[in-house]
Amino acid sequence: MTLIKTQYNRRSFIKVSAAAGGGMLIGFSWLNGCKPNTPEPEAGVAMPKEWFEINGYIKIGDTGMVTIYSPNPEIGQNVRTSMPMIVAEELDVPWENVVVEQAPLNTGWYQNQFAGGSLSIRLSWNALRMAGATGRRMLLEAAAKEWGVQLSDLTASNGVIKENVGERTVTYGEIASKAVGIEVPKEVELKGIKDFKLIGSSIKNVDGKKIVTGQPLFGLDFHRDGMHLAMIQHPPAFGMTVKDFNEAEIKSMPGVKDAFIVDTTVEEPGGFDEKGFKQLIAIVGESTWQLMQAKKALKANWETTGELESSEIHVKRLEKALVSGEVQESRRDGNPEAAFKKAAKIIERTYSAPFIAHNTLEPMNFFANVTEDSAELIGPTQTPEALEGSVAKLLNLPLENVTVNMTRIGGGFGRRLYVHFGVEAAAISKKIGAPVKLIYSREDDMTQGTYRPTYRSVYKAGLDENNNLIAFTVKGAGLPEGPVFPNRFPAGAVENYSAEKIKAPTNVTTGAWRAPRSNFTAGAEQAFLDEVAEDAGKDPIDFRLELFDRAIKDPVGEKHEYEAERYAGVLKLVKEKADWGTTKPNVHRGVAAYFCHSTYVAEVFDMVLNNGQPIVEKVWCAVDCGIVVNRDAAKNMIQGGVIDGIGHSMYSQLTFENGAPKQMNFDKYQLIRHSQAPKEIEVFFVENEIDPTGLGEPGLPPAIGALANALYKATGQRHYHQPFVTEKQVVG
Amino acid sequence: MANFNLKINGKTQQLDVDPTTPMLWVLRDHLKLVGTKYGCGISQCGACTIHLGDNAVRSCQLPVSAVGNQEITTIEGLSENGDHPVQLAWMEEDVYQCGYCQAGQIMNASAFLKKNPNPTDEEIEGAMNGNICRCGTYLRIKKAIKTAANSKIA
Repeated sequence: MTLIKTQYNRRSFIKVSAAAGGGMLIGFSWLNGCKPNTPEPEAGVAMPKEWFEINGYIKIGDTGMVTIYSPNPEIGQNVRTSMPMIVAEELDVPWENVVVEQAPLNTGWYQNQFAGGSLSIRLSWNALRMAGATGRRMLLEAAAKEWGVQLSDLTASNGVIKENVGERTVTYGEIASKAVGIEVPKEVELKGIKDFKLIGSSIKNVDGKKIVTGQPLFGLDFHRDGMHLAMIQHPPAFGMTVKDFNEAEIKSMPGVKDAFIVDTTVEEPGGFDEKGFKQLIAIVGESTWQLMQAKKALKANWETTGELESSEIHVKRLEKALVSGEVQESRRDGNPEAAFKKAAKIIERTYSAPFIAHNTLEPMNFFANVTEDSAELIGPTQTPEALEGSVAKLLNLPLENVTVNMTRIGGGFGRRLYVHFGVEAAAISKKIGAPVKLIYSREDDMTQGTYRPTYRSVYKAGLDENNNLIAFTVKGAGLPEGPVFPNRFPAGAVENYSAEKIKAPTNVTTGAWRAPRSNFTAGAEQAFLDEVAEDAGKDPIDFRLELFDRAIKDPVGEKHEYEAERYAGVLKLVKEKADWGTTKPNVHRGVAAYFCHSTYVAEVFDMVLNNGQPIVEKVWCAVDCGIVVNRDAAKNMIQGGVIDGIGHSMYSQLTFENGAPKQMNFDKYQLIRHSQAPKEIEVFFVENEIDPTGLGEPGLPPAIGALANALYKATGQRHYHQPFVTEKQVVG
Repeated sequence: MANFNLKINGKTQQLDVDPTTPMLWVLRDHLKLVGTKYGCGISQCGACTIHLGDNAVRSCQLPVSAVGNQEITTIEGLSENGDHPVQLAWMEEDVYQCGYCQAGQIMNASAFLKKNPNPTDEEIEGAMNGNICRCGTYLRIKKAIKTAANSKIA
């Protein structure tokens, strides 16, 4: 057992405990309108008559049913199951007794209520364990007090408290009412990792039944009587603003209640409040179809206020930046220039990737109900706190008058870190003085901005006469930020090393896209190392292990961000699992490894050619993400990351002409489909007792490198520029 | 506007609506059956898949005026208690990530299995290629379809 002080999270517990007994504090279920809480019919115990708030995460009913509040937004990373699992583990309650509810934004009770940087579990690991352990301890204290025995005379397990010596038992449900008045302990005991029963097992998604039966879960599904619907039209190109439009004609169309220009400009925008377009045409009505017809009938005058950029301009700008751009961040070890002069072989390659859109399958939307002195927001956001702040700023309301509730989210990938669509809904609700749900069409969604930046990097390596890597440099430019992590691998593993991260301007808005920068860097670096290993006449895994060996034994430079042993560990694991080194006729192999979001992932791809078409037959993934919370769901995350990585590097791109994206919907913008996915993906985890790290993002980056390397083996062609399909290759 | 009597999930629904309105929006806006999802509006993603008779169709491209007497089934009406073999298989394989596309995937898969109860992998891929899963759950979808097929009651 580990003793842990509860101080870190004490504020929330005290607040809740003090208010407890005052009835239902945070119990509500907004998606079903005003209906009371409706627990899952599958719950293993009867619906309680009375609930008792233990702390901000836990509510226990008199029947033993336990409600666990999941604090973070659910974007498909499965935190609505895995976060409550951690609480239930330490509370020590049977999972069948647990129902999960989404917590509202509440900065007093919870920390880090956001979905980004693969951080949900990592940042809340201690808080969630503490919440469960504190609950268990308070229940134990209540039982001890009731029976007049010492705490040490009792044990709690599976929702039941027992005397160590003696006959008496009491269930959590029976004692919960007495636990409410117990003082929050100053420190609590956490379970030993070896004693975990739930953590590390596979628990099915708590929303599974609702998903397969089509229950209203998502923001777009939200309905409240009396609400209006709204759609927006933003300028067709970056560098344009709206001047005016045929307002009278639009307002006279069937089903249109109002049409106007809405301005979401604020003087000092907060975090995640970047906006592609600040002034938008808004049309309000009662049915989506009628609004779509009204959008088609729009005749607007747009004003050109900035440069209308094209993909040709973007490429030139990146090329120029690589020669003379502003360096944002750099690192230098030894003397790479001198080393290149005495190198026996020099390899230099350029890699690039286009802008891409997030394309969450649920388009942007939000419900807002703004009154004179309050704003209520409900919908899909990865950053409820940023949304609260931005809405407060726009409407000039105090923070406490803005509430944010989170729906299940139909895909995030970083897109919904940015809050503009929630802010727009609030602005529209304010203007019409009524509740409204804003809906983006797919075209609005794809052309609004917030894209993954476009990147271009030059990698250079020098080998000595014995094929040792003596120099390695990377220069990477991006619009608007460079795709370089100066202190990541191979920093620390090469005597002469330099890395430069270079920025260049664009008026196309960009944002975090699943594994920002890593989603390009990994593919480029790992494909480059493959080529260097080949020129050195070395096996690609042995070549990498040699470099990690150097970083372990005699690291170069001041610091590097990764642990070389763990990096090498996943490569060794994937080598073993994939039986690397054996060959099968007509099967072509590629390997890559990458570290990001504190997690190490190595992948091996097996590719075959079928009528000249490359097909990924099998993928092996070795993952070191510390303790695995929900095993099968964790595998799902990695599998999805692999498919996402293949899909975007192979097929997807957003190109520009006169400031406007040329792809507006899935007829022109290609996403990976069933037949293009690998036939099998096996995932293996390194077993250790390190606190859990990221899972949502790290599976994606190495997939691009392993794909590129397998494609080379299969076709004899190296692929330097994404999407690879435009270089005449199709995976299918 | 025009009056329509629609047979949806075994019930007759009466409504007065613009005849060009796609069934997707009739279901979502007018009947509050929001299990059918909007993804692209141009029949490229499959999120809005419903059954028209025994056929899987994209409801975003089906005007209400074209439905006539044909029976419509949506995800809400696929089974009484969420126990259609395809739904059970989806839960068994814990397929979903965000879950948004899955109603469309399930509607497409259930119509397909009715016509081809023992599909090969290639037939599954071919039949499901019009349904995008942005999270990349394709392998689990394929596995769930095979699980449903093997349950012999699909």
